[in-house]
Amino acid sequence: MAVVEAIDLHRTYRTSTGTFRRKWKDVEAVRGVSFEIGEGELFGLLGPNGAGKTTTIKMLITLLIPTSGTARVLGHDVVKDAREVRKSIGYVFGGERGVYERLSGYDNLRYFAELYGVPPKRIRPRIDELLELVGLRGREQERAEGYSRGMKQRLHIARGLLHDPPVVFLDEPTIGLDPIGARELRATVASLAQAGKTILLTTHYMFEADALCDRIAVINRGQIVAEGTPTDLKQRVADGTVVEVEVFGVPEGTVKRVRGLSGVLSVSVEEREQAQVIIVQTRADVELTQGILGTLDGANVGRISRREPTLEDAYVALVAEQ
Amino acid sequence: MRILRLLWVGWKFHVKSLTLSAFFILTSILQPIIFASVAYFMFRTGAREGTLLYVALGAGMMGIWSSTLFGSGGAIQWQRWQGTLEYCIAVPPPFLLVILPLTLATATIGLYSLTATLVWGWLFFDVPLEVADPLAFAVALPVAVVGLGLLGLILASTFVMYRNANALSNLLEYPVWLVTGLLVSLSLMPGWVGPISWVLAPTWGVNALREAAIAGNPWPEIGMCLALGAVYLVIGHFALQHFERLARERATLSLT
Repeated sequence: MAVVEAIDLHRTYRTSTGTFRRKWKDVEAVRGVSFEIGEGELFGLLGPNGAGKTTTIKMLITLLIPTSGTARVLGHDVVKDAREVRKSIGYVFGGERGVYERLSGYDNLRYFAELYGVPPKRIRPRIDELLELVGLRGREQERAEGYSRGMKQRLHIARGLLHDPPVVFLDEPTIGLDPIGARELRATVASLAQAGKTILLTTHYMFEADALCDRIAVINRGQIVAEGTPTDLKQRVADGTVVEVEVFGVPEGTVKRVRGLSGVLSVSVEEREQAQVIIVQTRADVELTQGILGTLDGANVGRISRREPTLEDAYVALVAEQ
Repeated sequence: MRILRLLWVGWKFHVKSLTLSAFFILTSILQPIIFASVAYFMFRTGAREGTLLYVALGAGMMGIWSSTLFGSGGAIQWQRWQGTLEYCIAVPPPFLLVILPLTLATATIGLYSLTATLVWGWLFFDVPLEVADPLAFAVALPVAVVGLGLLGLILASTFVMYRNANALSNLLEYPVWLVTGLLVSLSLMPGWVGPISWVLAPTWGVNALREAAIAGNPWPEIGMCLALGAVYLVIGHFALQHFERLARERATLSLT
C-alpha cells in the first residue's frame, strides 16, 4: 500500500495588482500532480524555485487545501481526516524561520512535545535522544535567537521527530547551510531512511537528490515532467554528451544561436567568478564544439571540455524541454 | 486531563515568551501608567462620587484590555512573521487548544499593567490599596483575566485569517474602554451603550473587582463574567474552525 498518494492535485492562488483598480489573477502553482510513495521509501521532489514543490508539500501536510484532486497519507485524506494525518507525520521547512526565538531550544521542543501528545514521562528522554541525534546536546538551554542557521535547522529536525512519526516531509532542509552543516544534515536524513521512515524530500540540489533518494520526480511549472530512480533519469540523457565552454563575457543572443544548432538538446549558462560557462547538451552522434565557438562572435574563450551527462544535466534537459 | 495539561503547558510557554519581550513588558507597564494618570486627573477635576481605588481598577483593566488586544493580535502576527503559525496549525490538537493558552497568557501579562497602575496611584495619587473583600477580589481577578482572554480568543480567530487584522487592534482599544465603563462611568454614556456593555466581559470584570474592593457584592458580576466567557469560548471555537479552514483555502497562514 502506498504511504503517500497524490492524485491529480491542483492548487490555484488568487493574487491582485493595483491599488484603486484591483485586477485579480489566478496563478496555477500546481497543475495535476500525481505520485505515490511506498513504505520506507525516500522520494525526492526536484524542481527549480517556483516549480510547485512547497505548495505540493503544504497540501500533503494539511496546511493548504487543494483546489482540486485528492491526497492521502497512510490512507487518511488530507482534507477530511486532517487530524489523523497530522498525528502520523513530521515536517521540516528549510530556513531559519519557524522557531520561538526568545525561548531556548529545549523550551521549543518541550512545547511541541506536548502539542504532539508525547506521554509526559517520555518527553525528557525523547528530547535528550533527539538533541543527541541532531547534535544540539549542551546548547539546548540557550535562547534560539543565538543559534546559527544550521542549529535552527537541526532544531527543526528534532521538532519534526518528537512523536516518532512514520512519515516525514522535508522541504529543502539544507537550504542556506554551509557545506559541513549540509553534509551532516544529509547524514541525518539518510539515517532516518535507514530507520524505516517514509520520507518526501524536496530539493533543488541535484547531488542531494542523487545521493539520498530512492526515486525522484522532477517538477516544473506545477507539473511532474519525469519520474524514476536517479539512474533512470540519468539514462534519459545517457546517450548524449555535454560540452562546457568557458567564456569571458557571453555576447548577446548566444544562447539562442547555440540552441538553433542541429543536435543541441539544451543550453544553460552558469556564472563562475569572472567567467561564464555555457553548458550545452548535445546528441552523442554530433560534434558541435566548433559550431558552438562559431556562435561566440570572437568573445574571449577559456577552457573547453566534454564530459558524460550527470543527473543535473538530465534535470536541466527536462526543465528546458518545458 | 490531557486538555488541561495542554492548556497549562501552553500558557506557561507563552507567558514566558511574552515576559522575555522587553518591548511588550515595557509597553504593558508604561502605557497604563499614562492612562491611569489621565484617569486620576479626570476624576479629581470632575469631583464625582466614588473612590480613587475605583478609578485605579478601571485604569488597570484598561491596561489588561490593551495587553489582550495587542497581545492576541500582535502575537499571531508575530507568529506569522517568525514562521511558527504554520507549525502551530498543523499539529493534531484542535486549533482552539493552541490559541487559547496564548490569549490567556496575553491577558495574564496584563496583570503587570494592573499592578503598575495600582502602585503608581499609591505612590503619586494617594490611592488607598485596602481591599474590602480580599477573597472575592482574589476570585474576581483571575475571572476577569480569563473573561478578557476568552474575548481575545474571538479576536485571535480573525487575526489568523487576515494578515493585516492587527489594524483592528487600534480600532477596538478606545471604544471598549468607553463602552465598558473602564475610563468613565457608564451612567455618563447614552442609553444605547448599555446593551453593548452587557455583552463585553470587561464591563463585568471591572465591576466585580470594584465591588470586591469597596465592600459591595461582586458575585453576580463574577457569574456574568464567567457566563460570557463560556459563550466566547463556544463562539471562539467555531470562529477558529471557520477561519482556520479559510486560511488554508486562501493560503494566508504564511507570508510566502
